[in-house]
Amino acid sequence: MTTATLPTRKDEAWRYSAVERLQGEALDDWREIKVEAGDSFREILVIADGASNPTELHRWRVTVGEGATCELFAVLASAEYARLEIEVTLNKGAHFEFGGITVGGRDTVREFVTRTIHAQAEATSNQTVRSVHWGHGTGNFLGNIDVVRDAQKTDAAQDFKGLLLEKGASVNAVPQLEIFADDVKCAHGASVGQLDETARFYMAARGLSPDVARRLLVQAFLGDALVSLADEAKREELMKVALDKVDKYL
Amino acid sequence: MLKIDNLHAEIDGKTILNGLSLEVPAGEVHAIMGPNGAGKSTLAYVLGGRPGYEVTQGSVEFNGIDLLDMEPHERAAAGLFLGFQYPVEIPGVSNLQFLREALNSQRKARGEEPLTGGEFLKLAKDKAALLKLDPEMLKRHVNVGFSGGEKKRAEMVQMGILDPRFAVLDETDSGLDIDALRVVGDGINAIMRSPEKAVLLITHYQRLLDYVTPAKVHILAGGRIVTTGGPELAQKLEAEGYEAVAA
Repeated sequence: MTTATLPTRKDEAWRYSAVERLQGEALDDWREIKVEAGDSFREILVIADGASNPTELHRWRVTVGEGATCELFAVLASAEYARLEIEVTLNKGAHFEFGGITVGGRDTVREFVTRTIHAQAEATSNQTVRSVHWGHGTGNFLGNIDVVRDAQKTDAAQDFKGLLLEKGASVNAVPQLEIFADDVKCAHGASVGQLDETARFYMAARGLSPDVARRLLVQAFLGDALVSLADEAKREELMKVALDKVDKYL
Repeated sequence: MLKIDNLHAEIDGKTILNGLSLEVPAGEVHAIMGPNGAGKSTLAYVLGGRPGYEVTQGSVEFNGIDLLDMEPHERAAAGLFLGFQYPVEIPGVSNLQFLREALNSQRKARGEEPLTGGEFLKLAKDKAALLKLDPEMLKRHVNVGFSGGEKKRAEMVQMGILDPRFAVLDETDSGLDIDALRVVGDGINAIMRSPEKAVLLITHYQRLLDYVTPAKVHILAGGRIVTTGGPELAQKLEAEGYEAVAA
């Protein structure tokens, strides 16, 4: 456990973080995950009300072996400051799938920071993050993709969308791609918006109350982040955590 | 059933409806025709309660209650259906989920039991068949990727499922080919022709009125009703144009 050198917002990877909440946190505590060649691995992280600390710092270092698949899903819906940081190294033909959701109001900060290293050829990665915030809540997605010189035929995609339900909330998206190979596909997109008023009126005209209409629209918005989670029961469980949070405070 | 009296409404401070009065009794279909910019769609949106459309004067009574005092979703639960000129796309929400939530929200507001999944599915399939809409389309997201004609037919399927007492249909005929026009016209008759129901059809053209014969035709110009007549008025309009008839 170290407290000597806390990061500051001058550090690229902590630029939008609640760094003041890192005091006393085990910053060097990285969880190591190794997915052996040909294996499949799935992990789900849920930070929900009733089971969270004021600061939830999770740092995972993942190595995905040749031809192996690693799927990570996360819903950050509680804690004053919640951060999931993932550093993943992909070997030949490996696949990394990430679906992340942040929801939050007041002055909470919830963020994903990923560094995806395509270290060998023919690996694929797909990251989808959806953030819904209100009050003075903040959601961040900092996504680095590094493609080394020999990682030809890399196919990497990163997609972020933020939905702000109230004035004062914010989201930050920082896609960073460093590509040293020349035969690769790297797609990234980021957008931010608010609930579609036309859709809300249309739904009201069919009899949906504003609360129900909002829940449906938020559910539709968040759905993209969980599309690749094959386990339907799990998918519904994660969606419920996120939607209940939105309902509870609005 | 619907009684509009001296209605004035504006958008962004600009007056669009300027003393509109109109009465539609139960059991009747009325048509509103008028040139571009007359205020036809504004009337539809004001009746539906769209935010941004401000009523500055006048009243609207719906079955004896003050319609303007209700929220849009409350108007729907009270039995008002607004058919959109441009039905809205809602990515990520399936027609079935949307309509089941909508119907059960309305039923709950009226103190009725919600329909089960099975009951709802049967109802939805019946209404899709009535409008000759492929039931598979109900599984797709609301209006996403629908052609213009499919959107209008889907609106009528929604109307069939929600079974309103009063329907305001804003240019439901635009974008329909001749065959689809007949299907939609038949659908309106099947769903809405009843002594307890009434329809206000907003349209540019007389075509739809060949299938859905109105009791009265009103001509809207400059934000108010300038002429009222029977179905023959629509034919006169078609032949002579608005300028001659509404002058």
